[in-house]
Amino acid sequence: MWSLLLRKLKMGRLTEKNGNSLTPHMASNLPLKFRKSLQIRHLDCGSCNGCDWEMAALGNSLYDHQHFGIDFVASPRHADLLMCTGPGSTQLLNAARETYEAMAKPKWVMAVGDCAINGGVFKGAYATEGGIDGILQVDIKVPGCPPKPDDLIKALLEFMGKR
Amino acid sequence: MLGLQEYLQSYRSDPAIKIVEWEKQEGLVEVPSRDLPEVLTYCLAMWPRLMWLTHVVNDERQLGNGFCIYLVLHFPGKDFSLTLVAKGIESNFPTLASIYPALNWSEREVQDLFGLQAVGHPDPRSLVLHPGWPKGFHPLRKDYKAGKESKEFKRAPLVFPEMLGDGIFQVPVGPIHAGIIEPGHFRFYTIGEAVLHLEAQLFFTHKGIEKLIEGKSIQEGLRIIERVCGVCTVSHALAYCEAVEKLANLEVSRSVLLWRTILAELERVYNHVGDIGNMCAGVGFALGNANGSQCKERLQRLNLEFFGHRFLRGAVVPGGIKSIPSPKASEAILNRLLELSHDFEEWIPMLLTHDGYRQRAVTTGVLKLEDALNFGVTGPAARASGIPNDWRELHAHLCYPELKVKSMTEQEGDCWSRLTVRVKETRESFRFLHTLLSEGMKKPEPEIERLKLFSDHKFHAWQPAWGCVESPRGTDVVWLMLDEEAKIYRCRVRSASYANWPVVPLTVPGNIVPDFPLINKSFELCYSCCDR
Ligand code: SF4
Repeated sequence: MWSLLLRKLKMGRLTEKNGNSLTPHMASNLPLKFRKSLQIRHLDCGSCNGCDWEMAALGNSLYDHQHFGIDFVASPRHADLLMCTGPGSTQLLNAARETYEAMAKPKWVMAVGDCAINGGVFKGAYATEGGIDGILQVDIKVPGCPPKPDDLIKALLEFMGKR
Repeated sequence: MLGLQEYLQSYRSDPAIKIVEWEKQEGLVEVPSRDLPEVLTYCLAMWPRLMWLTHVVNDERQLGNGFCIYLVLHFPGKDFSLTLVAKGIESNFPTLASIYPALNWSEREVQDLFGLQAVGHPDPRSLVLHPGWPKGFHPLRKDYKAGKESKEFKRAPLVFPEMLGDGIFQVPVGPIHAGIIEPGHFRFYTIGEAVLHLEAQLFFTHKGIEKLIEGKSIQEGLRIIERVCGVCTVSHALAYCEAVEKLANLEVSRSVLLWRTILAELERVYNHVGDIGNMCAGVGFALGNANGSQCKERLQRLNLEFFGHRFLRGAVVPGGIKSIPSPKASEAILNRLLELSHDFEEWIPMLLTHDGYRQRAVTTGVLKLEDALNFGVTGPAARASGIPNDWRELHAHLCYPELKVKSMTEQEGDCWSRLTVRVKETRESFRFLHTLLSEGMKKPEPEIERLKLFSDHKFHAWQPAWGCVESPRGTDVVWLMLDEEAKIYRCRVRSASYANWPVVPLTVPGNIVPDFPLINKSFELCYSCCDR
């Protein structure tokens, strides 16, 4: 208990960006209602798990996506945005489509990583689609292999019209 | 290993067993596929701790060998690895899975991808290819050319065993899970809260990497191999480079060995601290999770700063490493690591002395020693069940002999043991890194290993070679054969996750459904490198 408190005091605040200082003035296609908070569902479409780990890293205390009003939700029914990783593996296509269909409108899709954008290094493999473009309608693309957490945060904030 | 050699020499078969190569650390023996079961039974009886490294089927019909099975076994304690080759297989081969269950998945995979039949296999259901692919689709046969099959894939129901009785329920979970994790389908058969049986259906992220990589150059191959698994990039790359370097008869310099070892240990540390944190997430223990993930983040930033990539991609290249940091950089890395290891020692006791957490993890998800041996489990999972198999100790490679690695073992085989094994290994890795980086600091600016030299090398064509590295999850094995233009003819990746997945369902019965996240995270297996 004391050691925990001491550690807390010693470390102070770890989170780097201050979400409250952001101004929601940028141009964004997102309806005003959605700009304050964004609920995201993650969808692995056959990634190498690099992209997924970078998304998971957004939750650590240094990035702490929650203080931007961004959260990852457990069900597609609660989500506004679908963040897809991977080139779209054939055996997962049906599940991916169903996940998308389960989301309430309005909904958006983000392709995370080179794989999701165009198949990346896995382009041409027999059980992939060469990107999720062919399966779902993609609204935002974040390139990188994998994109760094900073890139992801930036893309998300831009999407929400914050900076 | 003389006993084994004599046994093989005196073995009567037609055609006879041919000892092609028998050196200090490696052997290659041709055995007719009919006699493989008997030879394997003998080996298992004589060396109960036998490890399987990989099991590869190769389509060598154009070489006049038919289909060939390569089974690579390792004899712990002897540092000897034996490849048993069965050539001339046409359409079927006698199963080995009933003798050695570790080969169960691998043989089912062969049935799917090559269309060969494992005669007498105890569980011949399809594995890698889900029901719904066109008939006769066996993509790893050389006469298959990538076509439109993926378009013809029609969803068909997955096959699960029935379980009947009063009060027995099936709880289907996945393939898409709540949270940022990879896809897999789990079916729990429960009675009340207790799990009676668990079926895991994986391979949703199967992409066909082993086919994709065929015909690629060594450099292109490396790019793909690094992306078989995001978080075991260095291990896979090192295993691949080891195989390539064997085929080129190439010895790398001391400083390359040093930095390769450092990279491998950096990968272990960032994975282990992250995994320790994730185990806490499995029981909703936020304090542990927060500390683990923040430590992991710092380590990954260190990777980015000094090696150019958060997952250390591109750092290892065949014949060398991309760039060797200067002594000054080594010092900076070392200082940063010292800080982090102090931090680690500060937060780890908070988890290990936390009663609530302890009570969730102790006696949960027990992996029995017997199962671990039969299924050829590897990595922290095996060591937590009392098997002292750590490839860094078993096989003299990289700088590990000097570091005198000892396998960290626990006896109970529960989630708590797997946690403690990781904690101990992280400490050890910090210590190793300290030693290694101190050496990196002393050296004057070392000249960079030249890649150009490497591309002039001659490679042995049509010869098998394997490389093996202890990743954070266990031993990763890459098996490789090149053609005469030094293009990849066949490359098989047997990741640690592939070896360990089959036992995860065995550890769940008797526990309750909410314990599954913890059990699953205590193994911390990837789906991607298992499914490929
Ligand atoms: S883009 Fe790169 S990191 Fe992301 S899934 Fe593809 S290979 Fe992995």
